[in-house]
Amino acid sequence: MRVNVEVNGEAMIADDVWPGESLLYVLRERLGLPGSKNACEQGECGSCTVYLDGTPVCACLVAAGQAEGRSVRTVEGLSTGDELDPVQEAFVRTGAVQCGFCTPGLVVAAHELVHRRPDASDAEIREALAGNLCRCTGYEKILDAVRLAASQVGERA
Amino acid sequence: MSKSLTETQTATVTGAIGDSPLRPDGTLKVKGEFAYSSDLWHEDMLWGATLRSPHPHARIRGIDIGPALATPGVYAVLTHEDVPDNVFGLEHADQPVLAETVVRYQGEPVAIVAADHPETARRAADRVRVEYEVLEPVTDAEAAMRPDAPVLHPTHPGGNVVRHVPIRRGDPEPVADVVVRGEYTVGMQDQAFLGPESGMAVPAEDGGLDLYVATQWLHADQRQVAHALRLPAEKVRLHLAGVGGAFGAREDLSMQIHASLLALRTGKPVKISYGREESFFGHVHRHPAVLRYEHGATRAGDLVYVRAEIVLDGGAYASTTSAVTGNAATLGAGPYQVPNVSIDCYGVYTNNPPCGAMRGFGAVQACFAYESQLDKLAEALGMHPVDVRIRNAVTEGAAIATGQLVDSEAPVAELLTLVRERPLPPEPTGPRDLRELPGGVSNTTHGEGVVRGVGYAVGIKNVGFSEGFDDYSTARVRLEVIGGEPVAMVHTAAAEVGQGLVTLQAQIARTELGVQRVVIQPSDTTVGSAGSSSASRQSYVTGGAVKAACEQVRAGVLELAAARGFAAAGLAGGKIVSAGEEVLADLVDVLAAESVERTVEWRHRPTRPVDPLTGQGFAHVQYAFAAHRAVVDVDVELGLVRVVELACAQDVGKAINPDAVLGQIQGGSAQGLGLAVMEEIQVVDGVVRNPSFTDYLIPTVLDMPPMPIDVLERADPHAPYGLRGVGEPPTLSSTPAIVAAIRAATGIALTRVPVRPEHIVEVSPKPLA
Repeated sequence: MRVNVEVNGEAMIADDVWPGESLLYVLRERLGLPGSKNACEQGECGSCTVYLDGTPVCACLVAAGQAEGRSVRTVEGLSTGDELDPVQEAFVRTGAVQCGFCTPGLVVAAHELVHRRPDASDAEIREALAGNLCRCTGYEKILDAVRLAASQVGERA
Repeated sequence: MSKSLTETQTATVTGAIGDSPLRPDGTLKVKGEFAYSSDLWHEDMLWGATLRSPHPHARIRGIDIGPALATPGVYAVLTHEDVPDNVFGLEHADQPVLAETVVRYQGEPVAIVAADHPETARRAADRVRVEYEVLEPVTDAEAAMRPDAPVLHPTHPGGNVVRHVPIRRGDPEPVADVVVRGEYTVGMQDQAFLGPESGMAVPAEDGGLDLYVATQWLHADQRQVAHALRLPAEKVRLHLAGVGGAFGAREDLSMQIHASLLALRTGKPVKISYGREESFFGHVHRHPAVLRYEHGATRAGDLVYVRAEIVLDGGAYASTTSAVTGNAATLGAGPYQVPNVSIDCYGVYTNNPPCGAMRGFGAVQACFAYESQLDKLAEALGMHPVDVRIRNAVTEGAAIATGQLVDSEAPVAELLTLVRERPLPPEPTGPRDLRELPGGVSNTTHGEGVVRGVGYAVGIKNVGFSEGFDDYSTARVRLEVIGGEPVAMVHTAAAEVGQGLVTLQAQIARTELGVQRVVIQPSDTTVGSAGSSSASRQSYVTGGAVKAACEQVRAGVLELAAARGFAAAGLAGGKIVSAGEEVLADLVDVLAAESVERTVEWRHRPTRPVDPLTGQGFAHVQYAFAAHRAVVDVDVELGLVRVVELACAQDVGKAINPDAVLGQIQGGSAQGLGLAVMEEIQVVDGVVRNPSFTDYLIPTVLDMPPMPIDVLERADPHAPYGLRGVGEPPTLSSTPAIVAAIRAATGIALTRVPVRPEHIVEVSPKPLA
């Protein structure tokens, strides 16, 4: 089948999509956007988190056909050229990235949080990111990154 | 004419050792542009899939690949008949690439398929018909050691015992005032890296191939792949693809030989990328263990003896079981001075999933047991658990169980004191946020039935490869002028797995060569082996190699400078300087169009095998220590645990990158928390029951508490810059500290990790009516 989807502001077409393919597979293997990661295929780890019509979802749990005519924003769509989004910048600055496999999903999840609740408490940050697994960091520096990004987004608001 | 300021002063080089420069790969990683092994793509590539045995033990009567091969889109279906030399293994070559006459664990690869779509490949693999004669699996490691047990590897001497390491020291019949005994069990933990096994093999015109893969040790992979393919090593060129975490799980091969076979057969690039379920079968796990300990002490609290029997379930193939057994044995008495030691440690073949390297590598299992024993001893003596530890703590110059003297600082007592004296988190008062309570937003308690406990533990870990292994790394460093600037190019085969080795190598080059710009070249097998990114060894060994290569490059540059008439003594801030740090010339001018390149193979001082009868000897090159204090809240009605705080103190010798050190300690502590209260691969009759992230739980950000950390820097005079390996020690002591805290909260003598609710709450044998 053919899937028409807007990704990071650009109209894209994927052809020969097998009906069992996920949005994640189509992004990674058919549209040349491997930034979203496949780590569990069950919606447990959050590594494939993308915006679908403005709402963060696990792209592995969205059938490709469900994205027809909708708008997707992936981690690749957060930065503008060489300029990082404040959330991305904060992850780099605070040492929140080790192996980095969880990072794209966490960056999207954190991006959504800091724009929705720039004044989020630690408990709220933890709750909001509970669907994103990281195996390297123990989350301490990820919390630092989100606090830093939230303060910057909050200042701009 | 007077020289300008920039010519007479050295520029300040930032990001040298002791600084925390940002990761060079950080920007790519946050943008989603870093190429992990699962992101590889090639024009005209095929996808590989693996058919695995559903049985933990079976004889193969026949394999029919016909229906699979007839599937449209399929390019190749291979079995053991297609493997030139059908055997591999990291320490012992005891494992078939594809099963031949027998399968020894559930998930053992039997056939592989290449097709034009991953789903086509998977479906075709399911159409390979394998006729099995199911055999009774050997699933109990202790039963496997008995003489009447079925022998799983008939060619291995010693029946099902892969290795037995005895430790004998002092009086064999010691007598003590106070004796405590315990039997402890450690469940099977998974490394659960986020990036599943994956890679791509690209056939080359010379009959060889290029293999792009996420691994911990390129040259060990190269050796095993070349052997199985019967190709000379130079025709199997390995390149490190982006690694999504490792923690030991990438020491053994997974898809490397399979993708290579399919690529050579089809003449096309072949990519294999496991999903999470397959990943649970695609790598070895932490050895489950049963540990029986007896400690004797004087009334005053001095340890008199330790006796222990440790049985590690190695599963179906040896992997690194021999070395894990050596570690559990030699470190089995912990960081304590004990005059009389008798330990027998066994690594055993069974039909359970193969076990091998995971962060902590045998020392984790032993630490849970000896630290549980120290708590029991403290209780028997009426002492504080920290006091009994400090009283017996190893110090510089003292011997551990192997008789090896600890020949650098060993601040065990100080680490324990640091975590003990740290202020405790405040006791809860008033109404509590659900998210701070056991059970969290499940809303299972508002504080009623919740009790708090505090526990302590300390551990000892060896750094680097031990027992006489020729442990070395290779570094090639070139200094040249690029774009008017001096640039150091650093090339090693060392695997960056997330720990930050790329950052650290650049810090070392900046420090040694006094230049700002350092390029870390991609890791591959065109430079000599770096050894594995394991055993907390890369900062020490590859760090040592980069340092040594830089020193030789510096000497070469100084020779160049001397030939041009400068009394040069060193490099700093992009300049050639005199012994008095006076600027003599610009490095750019001295180098001009020349480059200075040196390749160094660097070794740490040799270790030696332990005596086969007594386990005595200089087994380990370096020891590293960490201590934890855990504070937990336990809902005693539901058996739910929430760790409130997990404080750590660790000696790192020298913090080359202080931020990265903290990241290692936090991440290692988190994996120890997982083992304490959450993580276990549940194996029933040799069958894995929970191969998914829905059923195998690793800590989320809600499970992790704040982790305050004290870092000590007590230089090891034998090591580069005095550094100690950092990655593993925090994984050891985190687990027993948390379990000690749960015991303190509940009064229950817990002996098994992970602790489950039913260990805390007596569960009705029948469902409640």
